[in-house]
Amino acid sequence: MSETLVAQLPVGPAEPAERAPTDWRTQSMQRRIRQRYAAERRFRLLGMAAVVLSAGFLAVLLVTMVYNGASGFLRTEIALPVDFANAGLTVDPARLKGPGADLALAGAGVENATKTAAIAAFGPQGSDLLSDGAWLSVRAAIKRDPAIMRGRSIVWVPASDAIDIAAKRTGSPENEAIVAHFKQRNAIATGFNWPFLTASDSNDSTRAGIWGAFKGSLFTMIVTLLIAFPIGVLSALYLEEYAPRNRWTDLIEVSINNLAAVPSIIFGLLGLAVFLGTFGLPRSAPIVGGLTLALMTMPVIVIAGRNAIKGVPPSIRDAALGIGASPIQVVFHHVLPLALPGILTGTIIGMARALGETAPLLMIGMRAFISAPPAGLSDPSTVLPVQIFLWSDQIDRGFVEKTSAAIIVLLVFLLAMNGIAIYLRNKFETRW
Amino acid sequence: MNRKQANVSNVASLLGAVAAIGMLAGCQDQANGGGAGSRDHITVVGSSTVFPFTTMVAERLVNNRPGTKAPAIESTGTGGGMKLFCAGVGAAHPDIEDASRRMKASEYRTCVANGVTKIIEVQIGLDGIAFAEAKNGPKLQLTAVDLYKALAAQPNGQPNTAKTWKDVNPALPAIQIQVYGPPSTSGTRDAFAELILARGCEAIRPQMAALKEKDAPAFAKACTAIREDGAYVDAGENDNLIVQKLQSNPNAIGIFGYSYLEQNNDKLTGVPLNGVAPTYETIARGAYPGSRPLYLYVKAAHLSAIKGLREFLDLYAASWEPGGPLAAKGLIAAPEDVRKRNAQVVKTGALVDPSQLL
Repeated sequence: MSETLVAQLPVGPAEPAERAPTDWRTQSMQRRIRQRYAAERRFRLLGMAAVVLSAGFLAVLLVTMVYNGASGFLRTEIALPVDFANAGLTVDPARLKGPGADLALAGAGVENATKTAAIAAFGPQGSDLLSDGAWLSVRAAIKRDPAIMRGRSIVWVPASDAIDIAAKRTGSPENEAIVAHFKQRNAIATGFNWPFLTASDSNDSTRAGIWGAFKGSLFTMIVTLLIAFPIGVLSALYLEEYAPRNRWTDLIEVSINNLAAVPSIIFGLLGLAVFLGTFGLPRSAPIVGGLTLALMTMPVIVIAGRNAIKGVPPSIRDAALGIGASPIQVVFHHVLPLALPGILTGTIIGMARALGETAPLLMIGMRAFISAPPAGLSDPSTVLPVQIFLWSDQIDRGFVEKTSAAIIVLLVFLLAMNGIAIYLRNKFETRW
Repeated sequence: MNRKQANVSNVASLLGAVAAIGMLAGCQDQANGGGAGSRDHITVVGSSTVFPFTTMVAERLVNNRPGTKAPAIESTGTGGGMKLFCAGVGAAHPDIEDASRRMKASEYRTCVANGVTKIIEVQIGLDGIAFAEAKNGPKLQLTAVDLYKALAAQPNGQPNTAKTWKDVNPALPAIQIQVYGPPSTSGTRDAFAELILARGCEAIRPQMAALKEKDAPAFAKACTAIREDGAYVDAGENDNLIVQKLQSNPNAIGIFGYSYLEQNNDKLTGVPLNGVAPTYETIARGAYPGSRPLYLYVKAAHLSAIKGLREFLDLYAASWEPGGPLAAKGLIAAPEDVRKRNAQVVKTGALVDPSQLL
């Protein structure tokens, strides 16, 4: 009995003939070793070259943008002496207190008074030195302190874009001379361009700002996230956890994969036909932009979500079911928290693509010139990449640096968005 | 274990928050939906040539009248804008069309078919179709006939074979014909066809003038169709791009609105046409053959429905005089009687007479 349990020693032909150990010192062997090391080195260098090349492209892009765009964040102001008492302003300082101030000032002729003051101070071509919007600074100054209406006062107003360029970079010789002349009298200053961050589009580059487009992008992204994220995650969960494996599920899976590869302009046409045509939603509105981009982003989230859910070890599901958890408890207590980091990665990729998208938004009219930020989801607005596109089309030279500055703002927005997503991902990440 | 519980509550709160905001967004969505609903801002579509003037007036409107909602102005090209403008009356359709040529009778018919029956036509000023070359270019001197022979698809009923300007007119240098111009949706292109090509065509083929009345499509084929073999390059609605291309290719000629030439005077020079250079003075006087009127088309039905539309038009009329804010942007003021007549149209809201449209 016990004999049968003992493992039998192999009984076969004699042991294989003993191999002679490799002699590493022969010349042919040494050559082979050298070749292998060389191949290794070449491969490593090739990989490194690829990394250096892509890093180089990135560096060139960033350096050009920062070099061209940095001055877009600066603006030049000129000290304009205004004789308010004799400027012929038809407004009573007493009316400037309270909510009616804007209306009272609107008809007061501040624009002409500013022009007159410029001509009086800087000669017959004086008003050409100032931005078209110089009178808005004068109006703001009056609003801040109505008392200045009684006498003479110096108001800092934005310079015209030719002077602005001459002060910051190299302009035409005559403008450079003007700037030098002002500098001697300390009547010109270049400072941070706050209006660039707080104003909206304008056809004068010295007044153009990014806030309207920024807010439009923010609204559009919120709508996209609110629609694409829940729908995408729920679809992924259903397809992975509940859907029966049959032909229909396969069809849906193939369709979603195809949808993720559809060029974005097609979604724009779809948005135009469905949201504007059938549902009659307003043209140029962030709600429509968000819906259109959500259609584009959703498949990306579904695909990433399914892969993340697939990656959750089956032992976790089995253990939870084994101690009596219901399927929905398994999904929400165990599978989803473990899959969330992967889902968030997919969402980051999808949202980053949506943020930089212009083509579908052009189709639904989000390329309009709008000189005020949107107040709600159905107000007309534009988005950052479209604003960049619009500015690149402008004739004024001042818009060149504004375009680059807007690109910097877009990149910062993108980094911030990704930063939040990476923070969330790390927060939810579990190791086991 | 603790970590896990924290995760569960985090996920639940995240999804909860998303769902709650989603519902809110849904409500707002419903509240603002509906094409027949109201709109509290002006919408404008149309020509890229008129775009800078309209945006400027829009900005002045917002600055001068605190509380007015900012108008939304899209640059779609005159033809593309007409399609949107004529699609119907109501909040979903634009109030104003910027046009760098007159509305066509066919477009008017489309408008009427879609219920846009009351249209106001306002001429805001003049523009010239400028032909320009880089500062270091060959200093061409062209005529309408030269341009017709060089760019028409079938200048003599045969496909165009001219390669150089010398082939067209022996007095011109032997430089390859390369012209960057606007696409077919652009009013500038239409005006180029009508003002230059049609005139050049009628000058050398007088029988065509009669054809124009009888058989417009045949006339268009013979006279205003532009060759498509690469001599004429469609440069898109982006006139800035044409300016850049001219700088890198000094032998080429660009076609665009006069305001672009004026803004780029340091880089480009205008090509004289029939011996007249494109300048403010020659275009305003009507001496330059490429001068054309610019228009706004306004839906009369929207005048009282859209807040600020009347003020917008009044402000436009107040800005178009010589030396005014629009002139500073490159608009050429119309002669005084035209300005007066159009200011009257703005005031009374007189409708366009369809029998005058071609």
